[in-house]
Amino acid sequence: MTQLTDEEVRTLNDRANAIRQTIIEMLVEAGSGHTAGPLGMADIFTALYFHVLAHDPENPGSPVRDRFVLSNGHIAPVRYAAMAHAGYFPVEECLTLRKFGSRLQGHPERLKLPGLETTSGPLGEGLSQAAGMAYAMRMDGVPHRVFCAMSDGEMDCGNTWEAAMFASAKRLSNLVGIIDRNNIQIDGYTESVMPLEPLHEKWQSFGWHVLEVDGHNIPQFIAACDEAAAVFEKPTVIIAHTIPGKGIKSIERDYRWHGKPPNKEEAAAFLAELRTLGGQVTSEHQ
Amino acid sequence: MLHPDAKLRDDLFEAAEQAPTRDGFGKGLVEAGEKDSRIVVLCADLAESTRVEEFSKKFPDRFVEVGVAEQNLAALASGFAAAGKVPFIASYATFSPGRNNEQIRTTISLNEQPVIIGGMHAGVSVGPDGATHQALEDMALMRVQPNMTVISPCDAEEARKATVAASVLGKPVYVRFARDKTPIMTSFDTPFAIGKANVLWYPQQGAPSVAILATGPLVHTALIAARELENRDIPTTVTNFHTVKPLDVETLVGVASEAGAVVTVEEHQIAGGFGSAVAEALAQTYPVPMEFVGVHDRFGQSGTPRELIEEYGMGASHIVDAVARVLPRRR
Repeated sequence: MTQLTDEEVRTLNDRANAIRQTIIEMLVEAGSGHTAGPLGMADIFTALYFHVLAHDPENPGSPVRDRFVLSNGHIAPVRYAAMAHAGYFPVEECLTLRKFGSRLQGHPERLKLPGLETTSGPLGEGLSQAAGMAYAMRMDGVPHRVFCAMSDGEMDCGNTWEAAMFASAKRLSNLVGIIDRNNIQIDGYTESVMPLEPLHEKWQSFGWHVLEVDGHNIPQFIAACDEAAAVFEKPTVIIAHTIPGKGIKSIERDYRWHGKPPNKEEAAAFLAELRTLGGQVTSEHQ
Repeated sequence: MLHPDAKLRDDLFEAAEQAPTRDGFGKGLVEAGEKDSRIVVLCADLAESTRVEEFSKKFPDRFVEVGVAEQNLAALASGFAAAGKVPFIASYATFSPGRNNEQIRTTISLNEQPVIIGGMHAGVSVGPDGATHQALEDMALMRVQPNMTVISPCDAEEARKATVAASVLGKPVYVRFARDKTPIMTSFDTPFAIGKANVLWYPQQGAPSVAILATGPLVHTALIAARELENRDIPTTVTNFHTVKPLDVETLVGVASEAGAVVTVEEHQIAGGFGSAVAEALAQTYPVPMEFVGVHDRFGQSGTPRELIEEYGMGASHIVDAVARVLPRRR
């Protein structure tokens, strides 16, 4: 089990905050895109790119890497921001998000940007692809894992559950699903659009090892990833309880921020809030 | 007369051996699997019917049963390809690429993963199963996806060759196969290259008046029609377009301009299928009057393959009639 020092935890939290700022900067520049999900997943993406994943930004196709599939491609800003901060490309390139000719397509495309494992956006398909990778890697004796981040909204998709059945039937213990349980989707709260609960029991009954974490507690998430590595007979899914829009008090938990970007004034206020940790510290930008 | 370069079987009119094109898929899979250990086969609860059973017995470690889950089938295969495998997926064409069309679009075509989609039970000749299981729009679905190659073999031998060729193409490929036994007209020596159409029939003397362009097992029916037309002193060519995409425009323009009129033949909806592809190409290169033999905006139904081919206007007599209709309008 990984024991993180207080200093390491602080560094990771600071990174997550920097990634959130980049997300706001890219969204306001793009003028369209999703805000709530990327902010909500910033801590988990930070943990993945800066601690959990075996990966090499200098050599994105390295055969000795863990694979990270983003199923709900619409939260691409958090992936791009995390990748940029991890050194895959300059952070300034994040400002090309959704623009003509950009490598940072509105929904991620593998062939455009090295370091993406697949093209994604249409919901419900990521876990299948991740399972295919995990199966093929096991066939070849590749000792690495496949992580697949999903939204809770895409638990509505039949394809998700087809993949869930398959992965447990084939005992793909090298596969880790991560569900962004933020309780919102485009049309409203998940439990009013199409209730998912009891979600834990659903996954359990499909034969998965199920863990639940606070998606903003980086050490807790890292510990869950470690635990998943120790489960040999079944795949693991981590239900990460997150707050959509996390870090910006005025938009947290508001499903109306699922699919829209901040305008210039809002972005300035959001950035100030992030840079001062909600007024706790003085920002150099002030 | 039969074109010597096509090296067709001598007995193709009289006592042709019959086999379903899906049998060729099964043989081709084993052949390809022996050559390339990266090949894996994923199947959605139709191992016997899709003819992947032999592969599954020969290479059990490279066979993956997915159950009745065609969306998972397609997206899984994309994942296998991403991890270095060469996956074939097998189901009925109404379900794959029918039901899982979007998974194919996003995870295979847009994502450019070299997955080979084998769609069985194409056409009304599926027979008694009825409309739900008779794929008549699969080529249209696949043809409009960028990066996708579409192949429709004319017999079991060509189906074997197409399967092996698809396995080494390194791109997304859709190959459609039929359920019913149909005559084997090509031989081991008949040329086959993806994207290259083959002229199978040409006039004994003089220039052709109509070019018959066919794809799938109806190529044989087109040859029967051509022979009948020859007896009526109407000279034609018959060209086998096993590859519907990319279309062999050079050969197409050659035979169309030589004849000045075209009849397309396919066991598929007229809208969006092979005939549409031909019309799109000729409209931009060498427009000539056309007739389309195929299914005209109807669903299939139960019946014997022979009854259904007649009911939907795809028999030899229908091809002869189409030639007669287009003849006076030749360019």
